[in-house]
Parts: sequence; structure tokens; C-alpha cells
Amino acid sequence: MNQYLLRRLLIVIPSVIGISVVLFTVLALAPGDPFEELATNPNIPAEVRAGLRAKFGLDDPVATRYFRWFGAMMQGDWGFSFASRIDVDTLIWQRIPVTLLIIGSSQILALLIALPVGVYAATRPYSIFDQIANTLAFIGFSLPTFFTGILFILLFSITLGWLPFVYRADIAATGWLWYWEHFKQALMPVAVLGLFQGAALTRYVRSAVLDVIRLDYVTTARAKGLAERAVVVKHVVRNALIPVVTLVALQMPAVFGGAIVTEQIFRVPGIGSLLISAILANDTPVIMAVTFVFSCLVILFNLAADIIYGWLDPRISYR
Amino acid sequence: MAGSTLASPIASVAGVFRPRSSSPWAEAWRRFRRHRLALAGAVILGLVALAVLLGPLAWQLPINEIDFSAKLQGPSWKHPLGTDDLGQDLLARMLYGGRISLAVGLAAMVIAVVVGTIVGAIAGMSRGSVDAALMWLTELFLSLPQLPLLLLIIYLFSGALKALVGVETGIFILIVAVIGGFRWMPVARLVRAQFLSLREKEFVEAARALGASPARQVVRHILPNALGPVIVAGTIDVAAAIIAESTLSFLGLGFPPDVPTWGRILYDAKDHLDFAAHWAVIPGSAIFLTVLSINYVGDGLRDALDPRKVI
Repeated sequence: MNQYLLRRLLIVIPSVIGISVVLFTVLALAPGDPFEELATNPNIPAEVRAGLRAKFGLDDPVATRYFRWFGAMMQGDWGFSFASRIDVDTLIWQRIPVTLLIIGSSQILALLIALPVGVYAATRPYSIFDQIANTLAFIGFSLPTFFTGILFILLFSITLGWLPFVYRADIAATGWLWYWEHFKQALMPVAVLGLFQGAALTRYVRSAVLDVIRLDYVTTARAKGLAERAVVVKHVVRNALIPVVTLVALQMPAVFGGAIVTEQIFRVPGIGSLLISAILANDTPVIMAVTFVFSCLVILFNLAADIIYGWLDPRISYR
Repeated sequence: MAGSTLASPIASVAGVFRPRSSSPWAEAWRRFRRHRLALAGAVILGLVALAVLLGPLAWQLPINEIDFSAKLQGPSWKHPLGTDDLGQDLLARMLYGGRISLAVGLAAMVIAVVVGTIVGAIAGMSRGSVDAALMWLTELFLSLPQLPLLLLIIYLFSGALKALVGVETGIFILIVAVIGGFRWMPVARLVRAQFLSLREKEFVEAARALGASPARQVVRHILPNALGPVIVAGTIDVAAAIIAESTLSFLGLGFPPDVPTWGRILYDAKDHLDFAAHWAVIPGSAIFLTVLSINYVGDGLRDALDPRKVI
């Protein structure tokens, strides 16, 4: 197991390097010059501009620039936000907890929907329940998150007036009321993301369980006289979860995409909405850093999936 | 006695199920028809395509005629889908935007399928380090966060392309290329898996023994047999690309305001939800209906073309 963990950890390194190369290539290929504004400003003489370029090493070879940039990123020196006038890492550390909270709760919600529904549908394939669940899952992942968000706002905020549609970080209430207010305002973003994820996962869980439930060892378990519930929960689900874990990890990039959209709709102050506002404000250091953070989060979740994978199926870690 | 009783049912069965001249495509169509929702999806999709192609010829109100006296109206005879905050006719804008949304979906799908097929075919035909390197690249692209990168690339490159080929074409090329460029990985993996099994089959071996060059083996023998899953994946990709484009436009970072794609109309509508709900619901429903139809068509195509993988 330890050797397996070590191998998985070592695979992370080329992934981080690969992603950083992709990011830096995009940045290096992009037209435009960070000192473009200075070039059009008549008050700044040409030699000052050349001096600035030399100071920041803009005329160095690409490889040198890449290593300097990567070194700085690794040390947490992510630059200075043009728009907010503070260090980028401070800005991101302020915003990241909300994003992780929303993504984490929505993943839990998605699994809470997908596991029972998928397993139940697969134990009764082609029944009425299965067909309804399948149709709802199809509708669920065909509804884009931005449209679900708008429909939720229309229904719960405007028509019924139950929930606030703007996420506020500065809630004045204290004690239990504070938690209740936070719960209320997080409900819609989490539901939008969780239902979308849940719909996609339900189909995966169903087909994974269907693959397993016909195997001989399940028949053996039934023949031993185990209760159906024990057969499904202890024998079927654990093995069926193995491909599902991979799929959850593969879905992570899409989840982050959905998180950006939901944060933008409900104005949640996370790193997704930070990315959008940075793009609208031409704040390149923040854009690069947020994209880098998203990439690292994806790698992190993939690593977590691999570790869970090894725990679910010990054969893998000894291979 | 036994012979006579046995012979007649077999004879009649042979009579009923005489192999009609059923090509694989006719067989696939028969299976597709049995999936009723897929058939309904295909019909709806056909209607949507017909509407956005021919609709602007029949409904000739301009998409950008500003009329403040008729702003934010609900559906009426003059404006069947209502108007937006500048009094522009929503039906005309929806029809025009649908053309772009569908065109982006199709073009991005073509890019994804072509790139994916080439990468998958090369990886599947070559063994060893080339295969490993290409699969590593595929895995790397799969773990990239797509939306942030899409936004980053569009932010960095849109200015230059706009200057090069004009605003609308520039953004179109960029969005199609970037969406297609981030969606080829599943196709590549599918094609590679198909190639790995197909290239060991007897008919490919026979072609090889007859002296067919590797290129001919791929194009004439392996690729046609690997096409089924690729068509299914390509169909789903159209839906994903339409959602991706709408998402970009919805974030206000896709097409410019004067190009009313469905996502863009939704973006403009989202600040007027409380008094003009129809404005947001109409483009959203159009996206939803189109994507749902495409997904069902994809599901039906899977039943029709990929019979081994029925879930």
C-alpha cells in the first residue's frame, strides 16, 4: 500500500509540470505585451520601458522565463493584483474556502442522490422506478447549470420569496441564526451543482451496479442465504463503486466549470467569480493564478480518487 | 412423423425471416426506431434545425431594431416571443442565435472527432513509446480544468483574432477551435481501444497478408468498423459544445452583445428576471430542449450502432 501511495504521489509531479507547461505556453503565445499601456503613454520615455522590460526579464529566452515563473508559482509568489491592489495569494486564500465548501457540499448531495437511486434502479432494471429515474437523470444532465440557477431564482426567490439569491459574506446575525442564514443562502448554489452532478452520476452508478450484480459471487452470496439488503450493500455496492470513483474524479474539471457558473449566478464570493471579475478587469496575474489553482485542485482530487480506489480494491495497490 | 412436424415450423420461420437485403445501416435504423424517445428527439432536433435555417426567411423582423415603446413586452401577436429591454424582437433574435449555437456545436464536434480519431488511430496502431506518450497527453488534457482554460485562452487571444478576421468570424473560429480542442480526448480513447482490438482481427490480418499498406488497413478496414462508438461520442459532443458555448456567452465572455446567441440572450435577460421572466425562460428552454434531444438521439444511436454496449 505504501509503495502504491508513493507511486501515485510521484505521478502527480509530471502532471503539475505538464499543466504548468500548458498554462505557460498559452501565456507566452498570447499576443500583447504587459507593458503595452506604457508604450502608448507619451510621458514614459523609451529607455524607461526598456529598463523595465530588462528588470522583469521579458527579453530572456522562453525556457528561462518558464523556470522563473514556475519557481515563483511553486513558492506561492503569485504576483500582485492590478485591480484589487493586494497580493494574489492573499486574495485567493480569502476566496478558496467558500468555493471548496460549495463544491464539497454539492458533491455530497450528488452522491446522496446518485447512490441510492442508482443502486435501487439497477436492482430492478426496466421497472417503472428505473424508467422514471432514467428519464429524470437525462433531463437533469441536459439542463445546463446556468439555466437551472435562473429557474431556481425565478421560483424560490422571486415567485415564492423563500431564499435570497445574492450570497452575502457579511451576515450580521449571531449564533444559530448566523448558521441558518448561511445555510439558506448556500442552498440554491449547492442544489444547482449537486442535482446536475447527481443526474450524471446516477446513470454511472446504475450501469456499474448492473455490471456487478450478474456476477457469480453475487449469486453465491444469495445462495448462502444472505438477506438481499446485505448482498446489495456489502457485496455489490463496494465493487460497483470502483468505476464510479474514477468517474467522479474524471468529472472534477466539469464540476469546477459548473462552480464558476453557479458562483457567477448567485454572486458567491469564491475563486470562480474572482476569475470572471479578473477577466473583465484584465487582471492577468489573478487569472493565471486562479487557473493554476483550479488545475492543482483537479490533480489533488484525482490523487484522492486513486487512494480511495486502492482502498476499495486492494488488488490494485499490489499490482 | 417427427420429421414432418419439425420441418414445417422451420420452413415457415425461414420463410418469414428470409435475409432481406438488409444492410448494416438498415439494421441500425431498425434498432434506432425502436427507441421512441430517440426518434422524438430526432424529430424535435430536425424541427429546430429547420426553424433556424428557414425561420429568418419567413420571420423578417430585424434582430436589432430598437423600439423603446415596446420594451420588455410579453408574447403578443406582433412579437410572438416578446421583446427585450431595447424592444428588439425576441423571435428574430432566437432564430438568428440558434444558427450560431447549432453551427458552433457542429463545427466543434467535427474538430473534436477529427483530432480524436487521428490521435487515437496513431496511438492504436503504434506500440510502445508513441502510444504511451499520446495517452499521457490525453490524460493530461483530461485533467485540465476546461472552463477556466477556455476563459483564459479567449481572454488572451480574442483581441488578436478580432483584428485579423473581424469580430464575429474571429470569435467564432476561436470558440469552435478551443471547445473542439478540449473535447477530443474521449474520442481518442475510444478509437484507440477499438483499434487495439480490431487490428488483431482475422479480416485485418487477411488484408495485411494480401499486402495492404498500414494506411490502407486503417482507412479501408479498421476505421469503418470503429465508426459506431465514434458517431455516438460525436453526437454527445455536439450537445456538450452547445452547452460550452452558451456557458461562455452566459458569462458575458463569448460572442459580443450584437450577436444574439442563446446563451448571450440569457445573459442579457438575467438582470430582468423579476419583471420579464419570459426573456430568460425562452432561450434557456431552447438550449435545454436542443441538448436533451441530442442526448436522446445519442442514446438511440448507441442502441443502433453499438449493440454490445447496451446499458
